[in-house]
Amino acid sequence: MQTTLVQEEVDSRPVTVPGFSRPLRSHEMVINMGPQHPSTHGVLRLELIVDGEIVVDAIPHIGYLHRCFEKHAEYMTNYQQVIPYCDRMDYVAAMNAEFGYVVACEKLLKIKVPDRVEYIRVIMAEFQRIASHLIAIGTYGMDIGAFTPFLFCMRDREAILDIYEQTCGARLLYNYMWIGGLSHDVPADFSEKVKRFCKMFRGTINELNDLLSYNKIFVERTANVGVLPGDVAINCGASGPVLRGSGVKFDVRKNDPYSVYDKLDFEIPVGKGLKGVVGDCWDRYMVRVHEMEQSLNIIEQAVDTLPPGDVQSAIPKRIRPDASEVYVRTETPKGEIGYYVVADGTASPYRVKVRPPCFVNLSVLPAMVRGSMIADVVAVLGSIDIVLGEVDR
Amino acid sequence: MGLLDQKFENSNVIVTSMDSLLNWARLSSMWGMQFGLACCAIEMMATGASHYDTDRFGIFFRGTPRQSDVMIVAGTVTLKMASRIKTLYDQMSEPRYVLSMGSCANCGGPYWEHGYHVLKGVDRIIPVDVYVPGCPPRPEALIEGLMKLQEKIRSESLAKKKSA
Amino acid sequence: MIPQEICDALKAKFPDVIKETKIEGVFDPYVKVAPEKVKDIAQFLRDDDTLAFDSLMCLSGIDYTGGKFGVVYHLHSIKWNHKITLKVEATLENMHCQSVESIWKTANWHEREAFDMYGIIFDGHTDLRRILMPYDWEGHPLRKDYKVPEYYNGMKVPY
Repeated sequence: MQTTLVQEEVDSRPVTVPGFSRPLRSHEMVINMGPQHPSTHGVLRLELIVDGEIVVDAIPHIGYLHRCFEKHAEYMTNYQQVIPYCDRMDYVAAMNAEFGYVVACEKLLKIKVPDRVEYIRVIMAEFQRIASHLIAIGTYGMDIGAFTPFLFCMRDREAILDIYEQTCGARLLYNYMWIGGLSHDVPADFSEKVKRFCKMFRGTINELNDLLSYNKIFVERTANVGVLPGDVAINCGASGPVLRGSGVKFDVRKNDPYSVYDKLDFEIPVGKGLKGVVGDCWDRYMVRVHEMEQSLNIIEQAVDTLPPGDVQSAIPKRIRPDASEVYVRTETPKGEIGYYVVADGTASPYRVKVRPPCFVNLSVLPAMVRGSMIADVVAVLGSIDIVLGEVDR
Repeated sequence: MGLLDQKFENSNVIVTSMDSLLNWARLSSMWGMQFGLACCAIEMMATGASHYDTDRFGIFFRGTPRQSDVMIVAGTVTLKMASRIKTLYDQMSEPRYVLSMGSCANCGGPYWEHGYHVLKGVDRIIPVDVYVPGCPPRPEALIEGLMKLQEKIRSESLAKKKSA
Repeated sequence: MIPQEICDALKAKFPDVIKETKIEGVFDPYVKVAPEKVKDIAQFLRDDDTLAFDSLMCLSGIDYTGGKFGVVYHLHSIKWNHKITLKVEATLENMHCQSVESIWKTANWHEREAFDMYGIIFDGHTDLRRILMPYDWEGHPLRKDYKVPEYYNGMKVPY
């Protein structure tokens, strides 16, 4: 942990404290947290201004993982080549990141994708949501001080990665969804494997609830901490579990449906303030747990209705959209990801702007931690679930 | 204890060279610095977690450079981050080793051509002992890299080199 | 509200500020407005009860080459579930645009990013600093005519 202290003189009157021979003066202090810190989930730097143990202000400094995604998207020789970079942007939920990009490109090209492709995409995206939430929950437990849930979560995540590996050969960054289709069809015993996983995983969620969600220590650390009211969340542009944790029932999959989400039946969990105030860290955490259950529902429905067909029949031979622009948003585990793609009639995009969910969610952090304790900053930061690859792109 | 329990005839005296004793101690407790930069960090986490479990090699992650022996540079090093990595490396105590994990840390990876903010290879700022290729490398590949590092440590010597 | 009604409402309120509207033949209907009036229009779009654009989905800078730049605002109303796109143009001689940070807090970091990447200056922004690039970086990297520096702080940048 790299912590440097800089004392800043503030205008304050000396206070006489019993037991001290001379009057004491209070200072505001600047604490530097990161970029190398176990609980910043990557290379985030926070400048905390504290008065004793109370956080007066928090200033995030980002850009330590700025990998020039938007420049690369402009310089690629075709639209297809951007997909691996989308993967590397949100590396915890690569499927969802590439999903948004291919939906945007298909809208530009006015392609209708076969139903089989859509259903497989939905299954993969929901699996990725579970995997991403497992990492979020596991590392959140670790931030709070519980190590065992992390091991349990990583164990279950490996089961999902096995399914991915069997389908497309990659564990983390897939390049699986192509514009108009998929790189591979699912293997023969896919639906059987998926169902077995769903059955197993429902039990695991209960185990996780017993171990972590309703754990007294965990609840004490997270309930009533980092409260974000719903109207502030909307005004700040928060999305995903951060927005829904504040009690706002908004999900791009329901409110602005893409792919085949309008044909599937699922609920949107929102924070209810069971252990404290609506919009605290525990609510955001619990939204993730309930979302995993809903994802299982979606996967089971999609597997049952998986239509036959060829997954590569709609892939265009030549990807060269007319000069036009499109803004498409989809729901990733972190929130709403938006792709603003501008085409100029050539084979490569003119401009790709990403609206990263974590970037916006992280900008809400100062509003959430003002007035809380230093230790709560870690709890709040973990409950936002940031991925720095996406914050910095 | 454990492996060596009840294996010796009478007294507890082992004759060995200083080199092999120290190297054995060093290579069986390579504490890594818990320091993820990008995508590879997730694979590094997976390697350290339940399924691949690097604890069985004596490798587990510490939060501070002062307590660690191996720095696993897992991910893309950007120009903004480079000076911090140099500082962290300088804070580690000797003997220290660097494992460059993934293409980005090796040579810039997919960002080599247009990455105006990416350092093309962490070896431009700190010395690297082992390079693990892949984007990202599988946990097996990382374990292979760590075992290569163990081999390297095994061949080290404390003895002064004779001047030529 | 359908996009046509939104455009009509804007035209009725700000007759001489709206430069261009396009609804047919584009994926996202847009309204082109003058950069020095963005804030008033944004305030109206958010506070009018029939429009109620309570969320700014995305704010993007863009380089149209030839010294022309633009800022694109994608707006959405959670209340009414309708969308509209605002567009603003800036030129190399006049890189100024009004900030909408006081209306939607989302704009804070997005405007900093547009400043960082394109050098568009948002008047009225409380904290317009670089956000992704280091503070001592020179130039605005997403401009089409950007040249990558040979060295940064003694580190070679090109491969």
